[in-house]
Amino acid sequence: MPSPLRRPGGRFRQTIRPEFAPWPSFFPPPPFSLLSPCILSLAMSATTSALRPYLNAVKASLDASLCIENFPSQLVERHNKPEVEARSSKEDLLTPIVVSRNENERVLIESSINSVRISISIKQIDDIDRILCHKLTRFLMMRAENFVVLRRKAIAGYDISFLITNFHVEQMYKHKLVDFIIQFMEDIDKEISEMKLSLNARARICAEEFLKHF
Amino acid sequence: MSTSITQFVNPPAPVVCFAYNKDRTMIAISANSEKVFIYRRNGANWDTSAPAFVLAEHDKLVTGIDWAPESNRIVTCSQDRNAYVWSFEDGVAWRPKLVLLRINRAATCVRWSPDERKIAVASGARTISICYFQPQHDWWACRHIKKPIRSTILSLDWHPNSVLVAAGCADFTVRVFFAGIKEVETARPEPTPWGSKLSFDTCYHEFRGACGTSACGWVHSVKFSPDGNTLAWVSHSSSVHFVTSDEGATVQTVNFNGLPQRSVIWASDNSVIAGGHDANIHLFTRGHDGQWAYVRPLDATEKKSSSAGPASGASAAMNMFRQLDSRGQQETDTSLPTVHQNAITQLSPYESSGSRVTAFASSGLDGKVVVWSINSIESSMAGLKIA
Repeated sequence: MPSPLRRPGGRFRQTIRPEFAPWPSFFPPPPFSLLSPCILSLAMSATTSALRPYLNAVKASLDASLCIENFPSQLVERHNKPEVEARSSKEDLLTPIVVSRNENERVLIESSINSVRISISIKQIDDIDRILCHKLTRFLMMRAENFVVLRRKAIAGYDISFLITNFHVEQMYKHKLVDFIIQFMEDIDKEISEMKLSLNARARICAEEFLKHF
Repeated sequence: MSTSITQFVNPPAPVVCFAYNKDRTMIAISANSEKVFIYRRNGANWDTSAPAFVLAEHDKLVTGIDWAPESNRIVTCSQDRNAYVWSFEDGVAWRPKLVLLRINRAATCVRWSPDERKIAVASGARTISICYFQPQHDWWACRHIKKPIRSTILSLDWHPNSVLVAAGCADFTVRVFFAGIKEVETARPEPTPWGSKLSFDTCYHEFRGACGTSACGWVHSVKFSPDGNTLAWVSHSSSVHFVTSDEGATVQTVNFNGLPQRSVIWASDNSVIAGGHDANIHLFTRGHDGQWAYVRPLDATEKKSSSAGPASGASAAMNMFRQLDSRGQQETDTSLPTVHQNAITQLSPYESSGSRVTAFASSGLDGKVVVWSINSIESSMAGLKIA
């Protein structure tokens, strides 16, 4: 029975806030889900509460880092570049910070006077996680322009990077941008573990079908 | 008069900077574009349907506007490295006059001197251009202050005597310069407690606040007190700094437990109002012992409930599911509990009596320009007195 809280079409569809991220609906649903939604959501609320302090720390750091303003380039005339990418002068950059939960899950926040770069390392325990994470992040980053704040390439050592400039903060609510990043971090873990579950289930069925012949 | 909120530009665009004319019947606004819009007031209400005038000469973001109250001239500067002085000719249109800034990076901030004969333009070329009018050429020429400046200048302010300039810089430093120009000054300027050497581009002081062991951040705004003897500035380390000219020039730092401030003004000789990234405005006062302290936020707007009144059980549940269905989220209340919904970009005095400001205006990235009355703020908060 479909729960009223879920929409067909994958979790991403429903959790991204449309007022600032025109998230397209092309995200494919998992092939098939054998678990009922209630069990899934129970399992998820457990992980969420364990994640909470980590996400709160990231949220507070992002809140403080996203105090950015328009700043024209000091190096090139008539240019206006995100200083965190251009790195043209040292005094315009702040000390980067890393918020980490364990060695696999960490967030790097690099800020400057007019831009902030946020890089996320997503939890990957085994090879399946690694493959799924690689596929998913690659899928997202190939469509980076649709996600506005997503960077096309992740920083070395991290799985996915966001670049927020003063122009984004001018167009969108800052607190909603922060919420978006936090929501993303929450959901990407869920999404990967969900995909992993359905992958395992599918593998089991395939194996059963195959072994019936012997 | 109570707080009045006006959204000038439609659709809303961030207000980078603004300036009122002398009798507050017109406002010039840079709405995050290369144009300057001038709106006019009809009686009590602003005519926001269309701007009365559009000043279109710049071709990049206009970063600074200042309106000279007595001579009724506007100066604008922009990231296209130019500045123009606009005067209202024949009662018909605003005509620009080019200012020869001789800079090769963006101009970031502009201020008329209080006597309205000089203009100071800050720039990303690590230069302050002090501009003055040359009638024989019919243009504004300038002289440069360059020497110890090491980064983009973010803010400027003139001393009330029109010959000293304070500049806040992205190299964490505030500097006080002598900026009198011999051809322009009518009388020999008096020495001030800030310094006595009267030659152009003399740097009297370099101030850096100390935040723990490190220097404080970028200086977003700097202002002289009404008597010119105290300097206040806000820096990116969420701190407000004060220095008085005659006490051995030691910097007093007030650390603030919140997001950094972006703009600061003097409300009176002993109080300062600052606003910034937390979209609120804050009061700092000087006690009888001369020590500065943080008092409280001044914007205590009650948070509005998302719909009119608390909804009854059934309709609340229905709303929740409707939201979930159409937008994938439960609550849609995105508003902050302050008047401004995004960072405050500029504060300026609106009405004063003597050295005491009785009303001030603020602009924000949310596109609002808000006029706050000190009296109504005081009456809404028990025991608050701004003097």
